[in-house]
This record gives sequence, C-alpha cells and structure tokens, in this order.
Amino acid sequence: MATDNKPAVSIKDMIKKDRILNSGHRMCAGCAAPVVIKLMGMALRGPTIVCNNTGCLEVATTIYPYTAWNLPWIHVAFENAAAVASGVIEATKVMHKKGRFDYEHIDVVALGGDGASFDIGFGAISGAMERGHDMVYMCYDNGAYQNTGIQRSGATFPGQETTTSWAGSVIPGKLERKKPLAEIIAAHKIPYVATAEPSNYRDFITKFRKALEVEGPAFVHAFSPCPRGWRSATGESIALSKLAVETGLHPLYEVINGEEWIMSSASKNLKELKPVDEYFKTQGQFKHLFKPEWEDFRKRIQEQVNHDWELLKKKCGVD
Amino acid sequence: MSVSKDKIKIEGLTGDAAIAHALRQADLDVLSAYPITPQTIIVEDYQKFAADGEVNAAVIPVESEHSAMSACVGASAVGARVATASASAGLALMWEILYCAASMRMPIVFTVANRALSAPINIHNDHSDGMGMRDSGFIQLYCQSSQEAYDTTLMAFKLAEHHDVLLPVMVGIDGFIVSHNVERVEMLPDDAAKKFVGVRTPVQPLDPKNPITMGPLALTDYYFEFKEQQDRAMQQVIKVYKEVEAEFEKLTGRKYGIFETYKTNDADIIFLAMSSMGGTAKVVADVLREKGEKVGVIRLKMFRPFPTKELAKAIGNAKAVAVFEKAMSFGAATNPLALEVKTALYGTKSRPIIANFVVGLGGRDVPPMTFVEGFEKTKEYLKKGEAPLYETLGVRK
Repeated sequence: MATDNKPAVSIKDMIKKDRILNSGHRMCAGCAAPVVIKLMGMALRGPTIVCNNTGCLEVATTIYPYTAWNLPWIHVAFENAAAVASGVIEATKVMHKKGRFDYEHIDVVALGGDGASFDIGFGAISGAMERGHDMVYMCYDNGAYQNTGIQRSGATFPGQETTTSWAGSVIPGKLERKKPLAEIIAAHKIPYVATAEPSNYRDFITKFRKALEVEGPAFVHAFSPCPRGWRSATGESIALSKLAVETGLHPLYEVINGEEWIMSSASKNLKELKPVDEYFKTQGQFKHLFKPEWEDFRKRIQEQVNHDWELLKKKCGVD
Repeated sequence: MSVSKDKIKIEGLTGDAAIAHALRQADLDVLSAYPITPQTIIVEDYQKFAADGEVNAAVIPVESEHSAMSACVGASAVGARVATASASAGLALMWEILYCAASMRMPIVFTVANRALSAPINIHNDHSDGMGMRDSGFIQLYCQSSQEAYDTTLMAFKLAEHHDVLLPVMVGIDGFIVSHNVERVEMLPDDAAKKFVGVRTPVQPLDPKNPITMGPLALTDYYFEFKEQQDRAMQQVIKVYKEVEAEFEKLTGRKYGIFETYKTNDADIIFLAMSSMGGTAKVVADVLREKGEKVGVIRLKMFRPFPTKELAKAIGNAKAVAVFEKAMSFGAATNPLALEVKTALYGTKSRPIIANFVVGLGGRDVPPMTFVEGFEKTKEYLKKGEAPLYETLGVRK
C-alpha cells in the first residue's frame, strides 16, 4: 500500500481505497465490527501491521486456511495484542537500523473487543501506553463478551442483560456502571485518545488518522453494535450506533495529551440528550427495564448518564 | 576455526551475568522481560549494556511476564532475534503464551533461573517451573555451570532459529546455586561469538510487501496438522543440536552433549540428575568408587526433546538407575524425570530397576550425603528386586 497523504473521508476517495478486510468473512449479519475495520482502513497511510486480540473479529476473519485480511496480521492470545504490538513496533525499528527491515516506519495497530480491552487485556494496554510505543490501540466495543456467548464485561451498560448478568425477578441485569476506559487511558497522558463510532464515519476516519499521525501511543474507543448479543434488528446497527451518541451513552470526544478535552461535533451539536429509554427500546437486552419494578432503576441510569454528560461537557469546555 | 587463547576473555561471572554476556554477544534485536528473582541480574546486566551503548537491541521493560513473552512473539514474528528471562511465578504467568510461542514457531531464547513455584512463596531453586512448562513445545536445556550457561545461550539461538527446528528454547540454570554463584567463565571475543551465532533469517515474517495471517483460528479440520508439524520439528532437535555443538566445539573446544556421562561404562548403579546436582553426583560417585562401588553419573542437559533412545543406550546394562529430581508431579505415578526415564527403558532388554528420589524442593540443600542415602536405598532395592515408585529425601516426615 502506498503512503497516502490524507485519509479517505469522502465517499469518492473511500471507494478507491484498498480494502483491508475482504468480504467472505464470517462475522454475523449486521455486526458493526467489519464496518469499524473498513473505516479504519480508510484512515491508513502506509505499511501497517495489525495485532489482534482473541475475539469475534479474530475468530470470524481468520478461519484457517482462509483469511479475510489483506494486511500483515497476527493474533496470539486474548489479552496481549498491546504487548505483541510493542514487540512488533520495536523490532521493526531496530531491524530497520540493522538493514533487515525495509521500512523506516511502520504503523502498528492493536485491536481488541471490549472484553479484551476493558477487562483481561487492560494491564497490557496500560503497560504499552505507559511505555510510549508508537502504536494505535483500538477497542471495538460491542458491550459484552459476544464471542463466547454474551457475557458481561466492564463495558456492559447498567441494566443490560447478558448471560452472566441476567435480568431476573430480583436483579435487573447488570448493576454496575460502565468502566470509563477512554478516560482511564487518557489519564496515562498519552498523545491522543478518541471515542468514535461508525455512523459518524468521517469523524471516525479523521480520528483514526490522527491516532496514526501522533508520535507515541494513541487509543481509539469505537462503539460497535452487535445484533446477535443485543437482540436488535440486523439492519439497525449503524442507526443504533448513532443513537448511542445522541443519548450520551457513547459520547464522541478527543483528549490530547491527557489534558485537552475536545468534544466532537456530533456530540457538541446536540441541543440536549435523547432519553436513554429511546436506546433501550431498540434492544431485547434492555426489554426488562420497562417493567414497572425497574422504573426507578432505569431513572437512575438516566441520571447517571446526565451526570456524566455534564462532567464531560465541563471537561471539554462546552456550555 | 578455533579462537586463539589470547583472545579469550576470562572473568569471574555468576550464571546470570554469563547469560547476560551471551545475550550481549548474540546481537539481539529485542529483549523483553519483567523482573523476578533469581533471574533479575540477567536483565539488569543487559540493560546496563544497553545504557552504555554496547548492544543494538530494543529493551522492552514490560508490565508482566505474560506481556514479556507476548512482546517476544510479536518481535519474533517480524523476524527479530529475541530473548527473555524469567523464573517461577513469572514463568507460570507466561504459561499461556509459551504454548503460543512454540506452536507459532517463534525461535525465542528463554533463559530461566529455575525456581520453586508458590505456595508457599519461595525464591530458591527447584525445577517445578521448568517441569510445569515441559509440554509447552519449548526445547529445554538445563545447565550445570556458569560456563555452560554462557555457551548454551549462544548455541540456543542457532538451534532455535535453524529452519529445520524453528522452536523456542529454554536455557535453565539453577536459581542461586548457579545464577548467583561466581565461577570462572571463558568468553569468546565479541566478533567470534557474533559470527558463530550469525544473523537470523526468518522464514515467513510479518511483512507489508507479502501480507500473511499469523495465528489464525484452526478448528477440528486443521488444528491437529499444526501439532503434527510441531512434533516433527521437535524430532529434528537432537540432530541439529549435535551439529550446532560440533561447530561450537571447533571454536571453543567445549562440548556437553545432550547429556553428560561420567564413569557409566561399567557402572552397576547410575545416578541420573539435572543441572547443578550433576556436580554433586560426580563427587559422590568418585568417593563410592574408591570404596569399590561401581557407580556412574548421567547429567541430563536436554529434557525436551527427551533423548529416549540415546539415554537407553547410555544406561546400557546398568542394574539400577537412581533418578534424583527437583520436582514433584502431584498424584502422578512417579515424577517428571523418572517418568521419562522409565519410559525410555521400558522397551530395553535389561530393564534396570529405577529408584526415584525427589530432593531439594524450594532450595533445600542436596548435599553429597543425600546421594549416598539414595545410593544405599538403591542397593537395597536391587537386592529386593523392586523399588518404590518414588520417595522424598531430605525432608522432615
């Protein structure tokens, strides 16, 4: 792939761009993850190596002897893509100096789902960010361990029903709040952190490109609807992704050097948040929340979202 | 071509320091490690070399051993020459990735100061960490001295990176007993060592010009073939090791073999042990021989692949083998080393009696008297015509 001066953000440029992921992979119908990956491909600027944690994306795109990937790609385990990427990037630099690797610079992207990123691989990400390797770590967040059958993760929303946070007669799904991973990674004071999602695709591509361009580590938290796990319509994933932004469940922002907080226009231009109920109504995994007994619980979720939204606006200097 | 004596550098080095020098001379591309006693000096010394510009490698001070081995796999996948070091709990934390490294055919050199596993937490030597990883697909070489640690580390790269092998290698030294013990070590001049080790030529690296998918999902239809190939690679190791060592011997005059035999030719009873216990066993054998007992020693260096045929041949017509080992396989018929030895000898005509003595766990000293005790017991078992499956020596019961 030739070095590209700018990311492909217009439809015209996007269709000309080499695909990094071929069709024929075995992701579920309606899964947003392949869209997320294709958008990432629109942002690439030159030779790139992808390090993938175990997860839906990994298992469904590389079933031996087939692969959907057009990039050099490596998977080792569930929790270590950030560490694998550390080895890849440092090896290429040293080997180039010794005349054994052609490229002076290579972009290294580490990918993981929310289970791999929020939970089991959290330490590896934190370590890689702290050490300052020049990589982009992207989490595609579909809100649960979807690959193993929809178990709760640190990214699961309160009230969300999963196979390890059942909605029962006494418990309304997951009780705990979602781990603010992007904020935690931003607290590492790395050059660039962004949240993104596929409905605002220009914003996504522009952010991913920025993530590649900064020197040092960058982190992108991409929202990625999962019809199978969420019990949502397969044709609605991109609309649900947009709704997550509009309800404040996945606000879009950037953090530069852990200090400068910038709210992205899709979030900034919202006059007010849509009620989370609108989001909850679209998915079977939140259906139970509309039972009378969980009325208060649902209200508390809304209050929490409002509270977090106000805090974020304050950080971003938005009135 | 051998190296002239005036160019050999002689220093008093601990096992750890000797390994650090070998890693320095091997011209690594990446070293990724996490501190753990008693391995730490290896990485500390190497970091010092890096700080002084004596090595051209990236050192990645990772946040865990799991990430240490993971970063090694990533670097090795690009085609880099890679090493790491660990012990005990650190090695245990790597365990998942050890299997990946081997199955993905990454020729990583993994130096280990063998140490007991928790609990109770204990920093001293035994072989429970190495035995715990014995089925991971790593080649395992256990060393008796600082010199051997240095020599073996250099040879390990050539063995691991050989295209008939492409497997990771563990180089083990006994924690504290060798890792922290200063011994006389002869070092090759840097250029001779570098020339011996050569430059790694990767077979299928991650390369943007030729994008490949590494570490895919392989299910019922292909997984087994990956394992079949891995097994086939393991079968090549002894042959390649001998070639590498022959070359090393030409250069240095030193060789160890896949195991070392000592006075075994006419021996009735053979002590079989690994690592530093080999030295003690030889001293005891000498004393017993002075008393007219026909005792010999086999000090096993290569535990994986296990040199089954070679060992059976070396044991020959001995009447009994007393296996001394520093690991326990709880609930097993007997313990790791003895299990292998028994299997190796099952098909032989002479089928000697095998006594298995578990000794030295958690760094408990294994003095000459422990070997004498084992010897006396083995003699009794010979008279009786049978030995218990295993027993512990040197422990309060």
